[in-house]
Order: sequence, then C-alpha cells, then structure tokens
Amino acid sequence: MADILTRDEARALCTRILAATGAEGALVNVEGGVAGYTRFARNEISTAGDAVDVRATLTVRFGRRSASVAFNRLDDPGIKAAAERAETLAKLAPEDPEQMPLLPDQTYQEVPAFFESTEKLGAGERADAVLGIMEPAAAADLVSTGFLERRAGSSAVANSAGLFAYHHSTAASLTTTVRTPPGEGSGWSGSTHNDWARLTPPAELAARAIAKARRSAGAGTATPGAETVVLEATAVGNLLQLLRVGLDAREADEGRSFFAKSGGGNRIGETVADRRVTIYSDPADPDLLEQPFTDEGVPVGRAMWIDSGVLRTLAYSRYWAQRQNRAPVPLAGGLKMVGGEGTTDDLVATVQRGLLVTRFWYIRGVDPRTLKFTGLTRDGTFRIENGQVTGAVQNLRFNESIAAMLRNVVALGRPVRVVASESGGLGTAVVVPPLVVRNFHFTSVSDAV
Amino acid sequence: MSVTRRDFLTQTSLAAAALAVSAPRAASAVRPVPLPSQGDPAIKELCMVALDAARSAGASYADARVTDLRLQSIATREARVTDLDDRSTFGMGVRVLVEGAWGFAASRRVTWDESVRLAGAAVAQAKANRRAFRTPVTLAPVDPFPNAAWRSPIVRDPFDVPVADKVALLLEANAAALTVRGARFARSSLAFVRSETTFASSVGSVIVQTLYRTRPQLSVTAVASDFSDFQSRAAAEVAPMGLGYEHVERADLVGRAPEWAEQAVEKLSARPVEPGRYTLILDPSHLYLTIHESIGHPTELDRALGYEANYAGTSFLAPPEAVIGTFQYGPEFMNVQGDRTQRGALATVGWDDEGVPADSWPIIKDGIFVDYQTTREQAGWIARLTGVTRSHGCSFAASWDDVQFQRMPNVSLLPGEEDHALDDLVAATDRGILIRGNGSYSIDQQRYNFQFGGQVFYEVRAGKITGMLKDVAYQGRTPEFWNAMDMLGGAGSYELGGTFFDAKGQPAQANAVSHGCPPARFQNVTVINTART
Repeated sequence: MADILTRDEARALCTRILAATGAEGALVNVEGGVAGYTRFARNEISTAGDAVDVRATLTVRFGRRSASVAFNRLDDPGIKAAAERAETLAKLAPEDPEQMPLLPDQTYQEVPAFFESTEKLGAGERADAVLGIMEPAAAADLVSTGFLERRAGSSAVANSAGLFAYHHSTAASLTTTVRTPPGEGSGWSGSTHNDWARLTPPAELAARAIAKARRSAGAGTATPGAETVVLEATAVGNLLQLLRVGLDAREADEGRSFFAKSGGGNRIGETVADRRVTIYSDPADPDLLEQPFTDEGVPVGRAMWIDSGVLRTLAYSRYWAQRQNRAPVPLAGGLKMVGGEGTTDDLVATVQRGLLVTRFWYIRGVDPRTLKFTGLTRDGTFRIENGQVTGAVQNLRFNESIAAMLRNVVALGRPVRVVASESGGLGTAVVVPPLVVRNFHFTSVSDAV
Repeated sequence: MSVTRRDFLTQTSLAAAALAVSAPRAASAVRPVPLPSQGDPAIKELCMVALDAARSAGASYADARVTDLRLQSIATREARVTDLDDRSTFGMGVRVLVEGAWGFAASRRVTWDESVRLAGAAVAQAKANRRAFRTPVTLAPVDPFPNAAWRSPIVRDPFDVPVADKVALLLEANAAALTVRGARFARSSLAFVRSETTFASSVGSVIVQTLYRTRPQLSVTAVASDFSDFQSRAAAEVAPMGLGYEHVERADLVGRAPEWAEQAVEKLSARPVEPGRYTLILDPSHLYLTIHESIGHPTELDRALGYEANYAGTSFLAPPEAVIGTFQYGPEFMNVQGDRTQRGALATVGWDDEGVPADSWPIIKDGIFVDYQTTREQAGWIARLTGVTRSHGCSFAASWDDVQFQRMPNVSLLPGEEDHALDDLVAATDRGILIRGNGSYSIDQQRYNFQFGGQVFYEVRAGKITGMLKDVAYQGRTPEFWNAMDMLGGAGSYELGGTFFDAKGQPAQANAVSHGCPPARFQNVTVINTART
C-alpha cells in the first residue's frame, strides 16, 4: 500500500474493512498520507519530522445501536480485531432515536486540491525554504522563529449501502515571528495554500516580519477603550473562524445560541451584520479547495451563511434537518468572506485615528449569548493617525462580540487565504478581507511583546 | 551512541527472546508483525534494529518509541448517547542526533524494514537540517535503565468496565440533573486513555510504560422561559486524573448532578457583578488553571529562550540569568513544585520520553523563582545558574508520530503551614468574591496579562457567602497578582485539578497535566462584568 492511497487503493481498503464485519450496516472512513514539518528558532533549525500514517474508522450498526472504532493496524488481524471491537461495543450501546439511515451512493464535486509542488516538499526543500527567512533575519541582526508544515494525503468514505467518496489533497503553511534581540519588538507573517507554489515566497514573508519587528520596537502606551481598528486579514480570520461555533441550527432552535430568537426559533432571515457582509462555505471555491463530502458521505456544496448582512441559513445535521423539514447543511467546506479591492495599506489611509492589528492570540469564548470572545493583539500593533501608521503601541486585550464586529464594519479590503489558526498549522481554509471596524472594545493593556 | 546493539543484547535478559525474533528477517520484511503488545520482545527488538541502523548511518544518539495509544469516549445528552467511540493508533518514531542536529521520522508500519527505513530517514533529515543550524545539541547525562517498567497506579482498568455500565451511569447522571426544575439540557461524558510505550535509547535504556488517564464530565444548561437567557454549569470540581475507573466511581456524577443543575438554574437569576476591585477567594477547582497559565507556562525554559516564539510565545521570566534566584514571584509563603511523581496526577510517569527518571524539584521557593522545567537538551543551558546538571525529566511526545520536546510537568502550589480550610478564608474576608470552577481563560504570549472566568461566583460580605453573582471575570498581571496573595489553605484543603488538552509546539501537541493547590486569597484584583464590557 502506498503512503498516499489512490482512489482504487482507498476503495479496496474500504471494501476489505466493510467485509470484515457482519453487522447490519457499516460505514468506514479512511484518511492518511504523509506529514512533514520543519521548525526553526534563534535563526537555526530546531526540529523537523516526517510521518506516514493511514487511519480507518469503522462504524457498525445493529438496528438503532451503533459504535465506532478507529485504528491504523490495517493488516487482516488488525482489521478483524477492530471489527470485532466495534460489534461488541455497538451491541452494548443503547438504541439511538436520532439515528439516520445510511446514505446510498451520492454524486460529489471533484475538487482539484492535490498539488505536486506540495507533495514533493521534503526535508531538504523545507530547509531551503526556512533558510530564506533565517538568513535575512540574521543579516538584519534580528531573531527569527517559525514553522513550515506540509501534508499530502487522501480521504475516503464508504458504507454498506453502496456509497463511496474519495478526495485527495495537499496543504502547506509557512509562518514566522521575527523579534529584536532584546525582545522589545516582534513581527509576524504567514501564508498558506494547498499549492506550495501559491504561498507567499519566504523572502517576502521575511521582509514583512522584519519590518514589523523593527517598527514595533519601543511601543508607546496604549489606552483601553473603544477604538476604530484596521484588522489585517489574519486577524479577521482569527476571529471569523469562530463564527462556526455559533452556526448550529439545533442549538439556536433550543434557545442556547446567539442565533436563537427571543421567544423561540432561530434568526434565519434577520439582518445580523452590515449589508456589505457576505460569508459562505464552498469546497469547490478555487481559494478554499476543501473536501466535498462529510464523514457520513453527505455532499458538501455551497452554503450561504450571511448574504448582504442577512442570515440565510444555519448548519443542519441530517437528523435536525429532517425534523425541521429542511435539507441538511453541513458545517464544512471552508469559510470565505467577500470583500472589496483595497489592500491593508489602502484601508489604513481611510482611518483618521485608530489601531492596526496584525493578529490575535489566546482567543476564548466569554459569553455564548452574544458571541463575545476575549484575546490579545500580538506581533505588530500600531497607532494610525490621519491615515498613516505613526508608531507601535502596547498590545491590548479585547472583549468583543464577533457579531458586533460584523455589524460595525466600516470598510473591506481584498480577501486573501490566511493562516487562521493561532497554532500556525493547517486547518480549515479561511479566506477573508482586511477590515476597518469601528467601536472595537479593548479592556486592558499588556506588557507582552 | 554509547551502547551497541550487540552490547545491549548481551547485557539484558531480553537477549535470547530478542534474537529469536530477529532471526527470520526475510519473513518479517514482507509481513507486518501481527498485533504485538508492549513488552513483547519483538517490539524491543525492532527498537534495537532502529537504533543500530541509526548508528550505522552516522547518528551519535538515537531513541526509538513504539506506542500503542487507545482512547475510548462515550458522550451523552439527556437520554441519548451521542458518541460511542474507541480509537487506537500504533506506530514507531525514531529520533536521531547527527553532528548535533536533530532528525525524526515515524510510521504506522512497525516492521524490521520500516525500522531501518525510519532510522535512515531521520538521519537524512538531520543531515539536511545541518545546513541551517549553528549550535550543536548537547545532551545532559542520564543513567541507562536497561529493563525498566512503570504503570499508572490504577485500581480498575477502565477498558475492562463494560460499556453498558458506563452508558447507564451517564444517562442516570443526566436524568438526575434534569429532575431539577428549570434545568433543560444535560451533557455528560467519559473519556479514557491508555498509552503503552516501549522506549529504547542508545544510552542503553529500554523502558516499558503503561499510562492511564480518566476524564468524567457533566454540564447542565438552564434556559429562561422566555428564551432571553441561558446559563451552564460544568462539573469543574471533577478533575481528569491519571487513574482508572475508580476515579469515575468516586466522582459520584449521579449524586452531585442535582447540585450542579440547581446552580445552573440559580445563575439565571444571579445578580450581575459590579465591576471594580475585589478580594478574590479562589477554590482549587478554579485556581489550578490560573497556576497552569501564569506559573506553569512561564517557567518552561524553551519558551523563556525564544524557541516557542512563533506560537506558544515567550516568557516574562527571562533571561534566566536575570531571574533565577532573584525574581520575587509571590509572598514568602509561596512554594511551587515541578513534579512527575505525584500519585494520580496526569503528568506522572516513571520515566520521561527520553529516559530520564521522574523528578520532583522546587520552581518557586519561599516566593523566589529558582528553576525552570528542562529536558536533556536544555539542562546544560542553565546549569551554571542552578547548579543542576541533569534534566528534570520534562520530555514528552503525544504519540508515536510526534517528536518529544519540553512539556509541562505537574506544577503545584504547595499548601500553607497553617491548616486553613476554604471556610476560614471566607470567614476572614470582609468584602470579596469566591470563584469555583474554571471558565473562560486567556493570557498573553509572555504570560503577563490574563483574564479568567469561572463556573460559579459567590459574593462574600463580612465573612459570609451572601448570594450568587454572574458575568464575573478577573484580569491581572502575573507578578502583581501572585504578590497580592495574602492567605493560603492548608494541607487538608489541597486538591488536584488538571487538563487533558494543554497545547504547545508546532505542530501542536496536547499534553495532559495536573496542578495541585489549596484555596488561596488575593487582594485588590480587577473584576469586570463580561456582559457589559
């Protein structure tokens, strides 16, 4: 078996696993491939690693009873042991009144998400890439730290009702934090895409982070309060991806979500954001390139969450959709926010007084009733005066609602794919514009650089 | 590399069995080893094969880990099981040092040929990395442990308990919660982890460890009749532990569910807190997480020296030469211990993931910061400042496909000399807030500025609890906060809290860690109203 399963290999493996169980119904998910990364710190490579793995998850059913077993021993004894364990667990499970029947074969979009440029990114190529950041940082007497990660693999789902779906993909991300040696300045930059060739080149990432590190040294005093902010696209992505936690239709219908309607029901059809805000998911979008099916095999299409400020749909599981007499809407397929044409610099030029934020850190929910989160600015926070960045300021803690942010949008720039996860790793594809937002609430300052 | 495979095999009692397995090499090259278990001589032999191949390819040091990780989770809401999941993953990771540069390779295929391939791949990677490093890695000394074993001190193996019993317990707990008028939703879950690892290093160690972790959870949500508000109460007093099913039985989810449900309902009508400065009394079920964030993380040496600057961050507690032995972290009665030996704690082991025996050492002594958390690579960096030349045993990898690096041990605030209980702290407080359970938590990347919420909040007036508050969070700056601690519970009030999911590293790895503490009191802390700000 190859490290990255082809369609035929994935189908054959799924067939072997499904054949190993005598359960009344079965569903199998297979995913895996190769993962590799290189880390650097203090202008030298610190660690690096490569791993190969293929994991399978078998879910078996006896009537309304079911259980799942995940495993990666894919020889015959391993598959047999997993099937027996799943059957034992399922027979002990209580009946699930919400169980939905297995889906028959479906039609899926083809999403071209596999790129050889990323697959071929081995340890030597990764070392070359990170040298492209470390060398200019060292030449500038600065200290670079960073992370280059790449994955290449495939995923498949099959069930005993005849369904089969297959997808293969690659993804890479490169991020760096450059600091001044005494640690009084810090700048971050990063890029991600399925295609390594479409990432921002290392030299350009280095130049951005170096400029921010230098510029952020000697930060002036910040004052907590409500500010107009220019959020770089990464900062927008850090926050906007958290909208997903509030999009579940059932939670809204049960009265425990921001999108719950007072008196019962949900807020679909209501205006929830500025009219220029449009947010959707679509695995086939050329900027997103996500898996076009769920773990159950439900096809993932375009889901328009907010269209011109109006909440158009929430995410419906198959069970909740049937109960509410709607079509299922998977919470999958990446996240994209439509924007305008300007760059971050163009947005800065429109602001009389405000703050420019590079990215956010340690974002945690504070109040699910309002989608309020807290967190801090990091690695480049600057004062804007009369349309120009005039200097660095201390980092600040915010307590702000994502919903309020989307209501208070002043201007939108050109959307870009961002490293939305705080960890700098590969995650759900997020494409967002930089934003100008008014009345963004900061509650304290931080001494951290 | 100090010990050859030949030396090793002749030194240990494993020799006969291992050689027997190694003989039919042609057969094992074409067929995977069928479901070997930890402690099986075949596994140890494959580790030896990897070490041998690494040495032949030019490694000066190598270690190999074969891990069989099993996780079982059962989740419910109200009268329904929402998830019944059993996961296992098995594979080998090989780490090498070549001319002072690290390389690591891992695979799910645990065979003779793959062991050789992994060693070669790790060495090739280290050689590729040599172009981009300047400071050769030097490892602190460690004794060999050629035939060592350790197992979590469990009484009842959670994987032997019938799933039906676990499901019945959770559904009964949910039902008990929902007997409370106003409680609308109840979720509960059990999660169990068993990690079986064979570790072998070129130092001459072969260590087999079986670690268990157990996490019972329950959360109750109350919704206002007009849908204008909802409030949840999680059973934060029930900590995850490095124990077996006996921990679930002692947690008494069924018996305590109504109390948590009543508090969820009471939160709906609790009085919103007035922002301001307060005396805070923090219960151990809350304080453990404050310790984790504001003491555990800043005292990681890799963070202090900038190695984690791109994600987890750096530390205000730097540079080491400016803070070791001089930095006033808190009052004189404040003592904090790093530890991997405490029974039942999540980071407790026999040896760490590079073969260093479990250690226990002071991090803060009489209020002064005295030492960091270290691995073998790091110990020498500060030995001249601490006088400690060996690692404190803080190396950890989440699974076989993760490379080990410095992770947090159990970091605990030791109890005070006077045997105060929580009630004594309340009785001694004129105006304050008592916080139980962890809630929302966030801290900056150098561990200065934090904001923590909780599960339930009680107003304290004139030494008594006078009512429940809601929408409470406190903000602070770490050094000022800990120096504002003026009262500490005694040994009788000491409890362990913990988390399964402490993230660090790139790619991020989850570490499980416990923090022990008594209740403690803090003066003049900034409290905000999270619904208003």
